[in-house]
Amino acid sequence: MTTTVIIIIFLAIFATSLHNARGATMEPCLESMKTASLPDLPYAYDALEPAISEEIMRLHHQKHHQTYVTQYNKALNSLRSAMADGDHSSVVKLQSLIKFNGGGHVNHAIFWKNLAPIHEGGGKPPHDPLSSAIDAHFGSLEGLIQKMNAEGAAVQGSGWVWFGLDRELKRLVVETTANQDPLVTKGSHLVPLIGIDVWEHAYYPQYKNARAEYLKNIWTVINWKYASDVFEKHTRDLDIN
Amino acid sequence: MATSSAVTANYVLKPPPFALDALEPHMSKQTLEFHWGKHHRAYVDNLKKQVLGTELEGKPLEHIIHSTYNNGELLPAFNNAAQAWNHEFFWESMKPGGGGKPTGELLALLERDFTSYEKFYEEFNAAAATQFGAGWAWLAYANDKLKVVKTPNAVNPLVLGSFPLLTIDVWEHAYYLDFQNRRPDYIKTFMTNLVSWEAVSARLEAAKAASSSSS
Repeated sequence: MTTTVIIIIFLAIFATSLHNARGATMEPCLESMKTASLPDLPYAYDALEPAISEEIMRLHHQKHHQTYVTQYNKALNSLRSAMADGDHSSVVKLQSLIKFNGGGHVNHAIFWKNLAPIHEGGGKPPHDPLSSAIDAHFGSLEGLIQKMNAEGAAVQGSGWVWFGLDRELKRLVVETTANQDPLVTKGSHLVPLIGIDVWEHAYYPQYKNARAEYLKNIWTVINWKYASDVFEKHTRDLDIN
Repeated sequence: MATSSAVTANYVLKPPPFALDALEPHMSKQTLEFHWGKHHRAYVDNLKKQVLGTELEGKPLEHIIHSTYNNGELLPAFNNAAQAWNHEFFWESMKPGGGGKPTGELLALLERDFTSYEKFYEEFNAAAATQFGAGWAWLAYANDKLKVVKTPNAVNPLVLGSFPLLTIDVWEHAYYLDFQNRRPDYIKTFMTNLVSWEAVSARLEAAKAASSSSS
């Protein structure tokens, strides 16, 4: 009797997972995949003015980020089929599309949280422990900002400049990545605290070629509270100063 | 500080072969003012500063491009040098009232190497649309064959051993003011309304002559 109940329960779970699996494939080996979706902005499109215009925020969120999400999901679907077919050469071929579009989604999802309207704390300097850690590694908050701006301005083509925590080496770093490569591509132990998009679409309608001006102004809306929260979460178990 | 005219003459910001508003409405005057007047100008000015006092000073632009490409391990001056070259090549790839299908020998060669103009268009369009981030799409000539190439950032076919014949700039600054994120619309407008097939044909003749003289 108990065995029958167990079998029935198992079959019910099995049938449910098949029912939940997206697409027409009936491959029980593949888990149902959760696709990406465009996160809402935590503030109005015009809330970051004058540092970042409403026009840019609309295009950046509704067009660029949305396109990364759409293309990433498309690539994931193709990947699922390729995996189901055992088409390994397609699986490998899809990696660059996944890295580019998935990276674009991941990076922008962080970016919207890195920004905040001034009346919601945007631009307000960080408190301890992050503040002391910044002073220890960069001399001062100004020192960090100058380094970020210099490296951000020097990115050739498209990319990001990052302020991150190296969990392994227990220190703060400034790094840049090309295109939509996430920070982890520079080291699996790196955690992004602040990322600044230096693709031209991030500033062009408002600043045109003056990327340095964009970098100078964005600090008025940088959300240090988010960076502090992430820093504290990852250093709770580390001995870092 | 005295600089000889021979030094600066090598790296000149040549104006496009048309007025800045001549490509309207397909490419706006505002775009040309920024793209040529700011971006291209900066590449030229920064290149001059970068090579001053180095062994690259006074060398022809193509020489600088080849030596700073350094087999893919890019040296600092590559970006400015190649971008200076690429942009001049880009302006000369366009003309008012341009676009559409080429004729004559160029069309015959496109049909030979791509089976049809439409197939070439498809391939060129795909290259331009799928270059991640900043870069260029090219029609190039090598080993007596036409091919489509896409390159990242400042890289161009010169350093890949082929003769560039046509290019489209797909850095966002090339199209953002007119098309925002809509790169496919920009590519279509370029192909339909801007390409100077005369320039492409002239370059093809030069490439063939250079190929046969070196073989």
